Amino acid sequence: MIVLTINGQETQVDVPDDMPLLWVLRDVIGLTGTKFGCGIAQCGACTVHLDGQAVRSCVLPVAGAVGKKVTTIEGVSGTDLGKKVQQAWLGIEVAQCGYCQTGQIMAATALLAQKPTPTDADIDTAMSGNLCRCGTYVRIRAAIKQAATGQMTLPQTIA
Amino acid sequence: MTHRTHPAEADTDLLDPSRRELLKRGGLVVAFMWLGGASRVWGLADSARIDAGHPQFAPNAYVRIGNDGSVQLVMPSIEMGQGAYTGQATLLAEELDVGLDQITVEHAPANRKLYANPLLGEQATGGSTTIRYCWTTLRNAGAAARSMLVSAAAQRWKVDASQCTASRGLVTHAPTGRTLRYAELADAAAKLLPPDKAPLKDPSDFQLIGKPMRRVDTPGKVDGTLPFGIDIRVPGMKVATVQACPTLGGRVGAVDDTRARAIPGVLKVVKLDSAVAVIGEHFWAAKQGLEALDITWNRGANANFTTEQLFQDMAHASEHGTPIMGREVGHVDGVSGKAISATYQLPMLAHTTMEPLNTVVHVRPDACEIWVGTQVPARCVDVATKITGLPAERIMVHNQYMGGGFGRRLFEDSVEQAVAIAKQADYPVKVIWTREEDIAQDRYRPAYYDRISATLDGQGQPVAWTHRTTGASVMAVFAPGAMGKNGLDPDLVECAADLPYAIPNMRVDWVRHDMPAGVPVGWWRGVGPTHNVFVVESFVDELAHAAGKDPVAYRRDMLGDNPRARAVLELAVQKAGWGQGALPARHGRGIALAAPFGSYLCVVMDVEVSPQGEIRMKRAVAAVDCGTVINPNTVEAQIQGGLVFGWSAALYSGITLKGGAVEQRNFNDYRVLRLNETPPIEVYIVPSKEQPGGIGETGTVMAMPSLTNAIFAATGVRLRTLPIDTTALVQDKNALKAVMSAVSEPADIVGDVAAKARSLA
Amino acid sequence: MKIGRLIGRLVALILLVVIGFSAYALLTVRHSGDETATQPTVAGAPAELTTPQARGEYLTRAADCAACHTVPGGQAFAGGVAFKLPMGTIYSTNITADKDTGIGTWSDDEFVRAMHAGVNKEGQPLYPAFPYTSYTALSRDDILAIKAYLFSLPAIHAPARTNELSFPYNQRWAISLWNAAFLKKQRFQPEQGKSEAWNRGAYLATALGHCDECHTPRNAAFALKTGQALAGTELQGWKAYNITPDKDHGIGSWTDQELASYLSKGHAAGRGTASGPMGEVVENSLQYLTPSDISALVAYLREVKPQAGGISVPPAAATGSAPVASTAGLGEQLFVGACAGCHLDSGQGRQTDYASLTGTRSVRDPHATNLTQVILHGSQLHVSGQRIFMPSFGHAYTDAEIAALSNYVVSHFGGQQGTLSAAEVAQRR
Ligand code: FES
Ligand code: FES
Repeated sequence: MIVLTINGQETQVDVPDDMPLLWVLRDVIGLTGTKFGCGIAQCGACTVHLDGQAVRSCVLPVAGAVGKKVTTIEGVSGTDLGKKVQQAWLGIEVAQCGYCQTGQIMAATALLAQKPTPTDADIDTAMSGNLCRCGTYVRIRAAIKQAATGQMTLPQTIA
Repeated sequence: MTHRTHPAEADTDLLDPSRRELLKRGGLVVAFMWLGGASRVWGLADSARIDAGHPQFAPNAYVRIGNDGSVQLVMPSIEMGQGAYTGQATLLAEELDVGLDQITVEHAPANRKLYANPLLGEQATGGSTTIRYCWTTLRNAGAAARSMLVSAAAQRWKVDASQCTASRGLVTHAPTGRTLRYAELADAAAKLLPPDKAPLKDPSDFQLIGKPMRRVDTPGKVDGTLPFGIDIRVPGMKVATVQACPTLGGRVGAVDDTRARAIPGVLKVVKLDSAVAVIGEHFWAAKQGLEALDITWNRGANANFTTEQLFQDMAHASEHGTPIMGREVGHVDGVSGKAISATYQLPMLAHTTMEPLNTVVHVRPDACEIWVGTQVPARCVDVATKITGLPAERIMVHNQYMGGGFGRRLFEDSVEQAVAIAKQADYPVKVIWTREEDIAQDRYRPAYYDRISATLDGQGQPVAWTHRTTGASVMAVFAPGAMGKNGLDPDLVECAADLPYAIPNMRVDWVRHDMPAGVPVGWWRGVGPTHNVFVVESFVDELAHAAGKDPVAYRRDMLGDNPRARAVLELAVQKAGWGQGALPARHGRGIALAAPFGSYLCVVMDVEVSPQGEIRMKRAVAAVDCGTVINPNTVEAQIQGGLVFGWSAALYSGITLKGGAVEQRNFNDYRVLRLNETPPIEVYIVPSKEQPGGIGETGTVMAMPSLTNAIFAATGVRLRTLPIDTTALVQDKNALKAVMSAVSEPADIVGDVAAKARSLA
Repeated sequence: MKIGRLIGRLVALILLVVIGFSAYALLTVRHSGDETATQPTVAGAPAELTTPQARGEYLTRAADCAACHTVPGGQAFAGGVAFKLPMGTIYSTNITADKDTGIGTWSDDEFVRAMHAGVNKEGQPLYPAFPYTSYTALSRDDILAIKAYLFSLPAIHAPARTNELSFPYNQRWAISLWNAAFLKKQRFQPEQGKSEAWNRGAYLATALGHCDECHTPRNAAFALKTGQALAGTELQGWKAYNITPDKDHGIGSWTDQELASYLSKGHAAGRGTASGPMGEVVENSLQYLTPSDISALVAYLREVKPQAGGISVPPAAATGSAPVASTAGLGEQLFVGACAGCHLDSGQGRQTDYASLTGTRSVRDPHATNLTQVILHGSQLHVSGQRIFMPSFGHAYTDAEIAALSNYVVSHFGGQQGTLSAAEVAQRR
């Protein structure tokens, strides 16, 4: 039995030590907000927080999460910062298919927790590991800035 | 991107950002949880039967109003990120006179009779057709429903319907100020006959159409609650993953599963004709089991096939094959002038939707239930019927939100496979493809080989134009009936035969050269236009250069009487500052103009190319006329996303085959664009009252030529083969020796070609 | 013509010596040293293992036979692994008990002779890619335990692949000359005055584990420079680092625990992760050694002769500290895109320590030798039931990109000026 702390709750799972946290979350516990995109830490769709740090759960053996606080998209709105980021995502209308967005939001929240007013370079560093095939990058950048500054903008350019 | 500050007073119809608050006030909830399927009527053949026993108003296939106040809109096209739900709901809600915050949306069941897309001849979402085909249908459906509700109110009040107005789900009798909610009218309206034709609003009265409405599907995508196909969990379900023969078209030989079955959590190994699946308690067990299988493959006829071979064969076919005419205007032969010709080559491409392919299937003796995100629900019923032998009405497809489609989910191969796997299990099975499988077993955008030529008159303008495409037909596989009488696949010449330019003598034809059997082809975002516009717009740039003219001025001169194309050209050029001030060395500005999918677009791009050949996209400006705009918010997003998708392909993507197997495996070697490589993208919309045009694929179409034309302006190197080979862009081959991560100094030696191009720009 | 006669005599003398040496070489090629001499007192397998098969399995792992005789993903010990050498490609042979294509018909003596003298059943010399120069020190008991184990496994029919060697390297007889000059056919002799653990470590490291074969530089004749034992060298495109106790260039500043962890788990925090050939050694061999054998290896490595030279080890203070500043550019852009997902922009490793870059010698190599290998070809390590892996990036990234990325990593995490060019990357593909 492995004991995990997920979104503030203790959860027991009976899985092999080397099973990636992603599949424990999705297939065993049923938290499907964390997504599978590549399985090799190249896309960021599976990003969760481990003690506040953004990690790729597809390559994190579940044993590595023991004794640490796991936060998933389902739990991130429990923090002020998480809420703020989600609000910005809604405000900017970032999502298209939305599949990558939970991972993007987790990465962005971890960034803002470390750097409340990130520069463009900080955003590049923190977010370039998260792929979006729908190509929402321009709005992701805008949403992070909105979350940081609190200034509402609506992405719209009409001649 | 420029942002307009959100005007607070215009907020009434926009979604409040807090989902919870919306829930409280019964606001917009996207209740797309087909998981409750068990409690719903089973085996539904059409929407009428859905309503049986439900006291609600269902005047047509798209609108259902309950006497509890619920307004449910049925979406004929599926949402895969392109904003289809919001667009369709807007059309319905506009004429129905409800707010987008008062409705829920639901995907249509598989039913060709009710929901076929007339532009595709199938219940399908694709080809940037959704708004184009729904534009009238859905507004009519909304208007009919509204007129019935209004009639019901008028009857109740015993007044003339013309004295009643509707707004936000409320009918008002103006003279007396009496009001009735739609919920109170639903039962009465249900007893009325639908009108033959209800009047549509004058565009000046639009409340929703043309406004930047919030998307109806966003809240669940931001808090992780919205389920995609891959998130479906049904009771008793197990998870499988699968591998097909890496050599395309190969078959499974012997399978030794001794090691696989020893892995804890592995339940079953299923051998199909061309693939082997392992079912496990969870994906991890299944995946480990699959890796532990010892499979011998019968590699079949493609065992020695390579992409080099393919291009050699296509080049040969282009010269010696029999062309099928796409369009002929005037006489291209015998036109005198300066002749210019070029050969272009485009690679096979994979889709790599962010959500890997997956299907949940439960096959029971008497029925088969399928949960999948698909662009072709009715075809999923067909394949399930074929495999299970059950009648179509015993097959239920629960369509799901898709983590990207891009054309991949217009094919039901993975669904067919999943049904075959689940048929061998007595529990529901979720089949998930790994990313490796997704790339190795895609339905690839075919490779193309194009020869194009033009004859220029004394002013350097083209007076004759020939364009021959060589490549495989996707239509022949997808919808053989849509092939032209002479065997033409119209997709192959789309945006090649119908240029925005006026050229007096033209011949556009196609040599069909299909892939070897077993190498599957498919639609890819932007389909024919993505391929043709790259060739055409690159070549127009070549001509401008040969004529010694500015690429913008040259295009202007070619436009003839084409006001919509002219307008987007002028707008993009003005916003981008074309020709204003010289650019630094090895910086370039490029342009592309086209009219794909019933819309008009012009994209201007700025790039910098380092002396080592490294490409940095600096800025993109897009001007678009897509007719009447339903939701400018979506238009902007689609252009931005489409461009990013196309740039990914231009810069990095290309599927190559060796031994008949795809060489790329995952995002490490099938590379796509990342955030730090993406430039700011400005989108400007030309106001228009024309019929709506398509928007989902147009950005992709424009991405490649605008980029390569900008690279030409920066370096003088014309890129005729994709993906881009950056070694061709190295200024001085010796400079390679000095590649450092440190910033490269601007070059002081500039090729005269580039200098000329720049001085022209 | 006095001078002419003198030259004539000299030539004759040289000829005589050559003929004599060749005769000696040919006569002694099958000789495997004094087989009756006392066996080494150390045994390669722990005392707890009693049956020959169990001892043999342990020894086969310690000697890492699989590394050369099992194709990755192929059948165990069926041979066929290719060794690309400057003079051509040779393939390892089938050492399963198959009678036609393996060693099923070999007698005990023939097997022992192969290990001690480097000749096959027919008495023909084997190429010294087979480390008989190390195995010659093994005890007969240990060798026969290995044979017993190999013979307990399924016999696999797998004919040997023909070597692709150019002249004169395809002349096997020439190897006998080489053997006569460089092969010391002697059994391991414990060193007096050293601890039992040290001697055990020495036996494991030299006779069985053949660390020298990779970590000791070679002379022009491809023979080990014994005076520079374990000082580090480069082979098959990889750097095998200096593993002598030198503080600046070797493992002198590593703690015992770090060494033990690296050997048994393929990773030591702040020191690096084994990949490439060393990764295979950990995966196939070292992870199976008992903790006491690992400490014996550590004890031995601590007391070999320190040698300066090679990539310097970062000062302890730098380990895990903030990376030095470097200029933004292509390399950084690529790093934050494809690499930081695992390595973190601080280089400290995101979800696993194995991904930490800081403190390793690979990021301090201005030529980025091992770094480019890993970037181009990826890395895999199956250790303690886990799979640690990095995908390959060679296919999708250009030479210039990989050069820029490597130089960035070397400057950013190693504080060195990377000098890798795109042309060099092209050669390493
Ligand atoms: S699924 Fe984990 S990074 Fe892609
Ligand atoms: S929104 Fe579709 S992948 Fe990012």
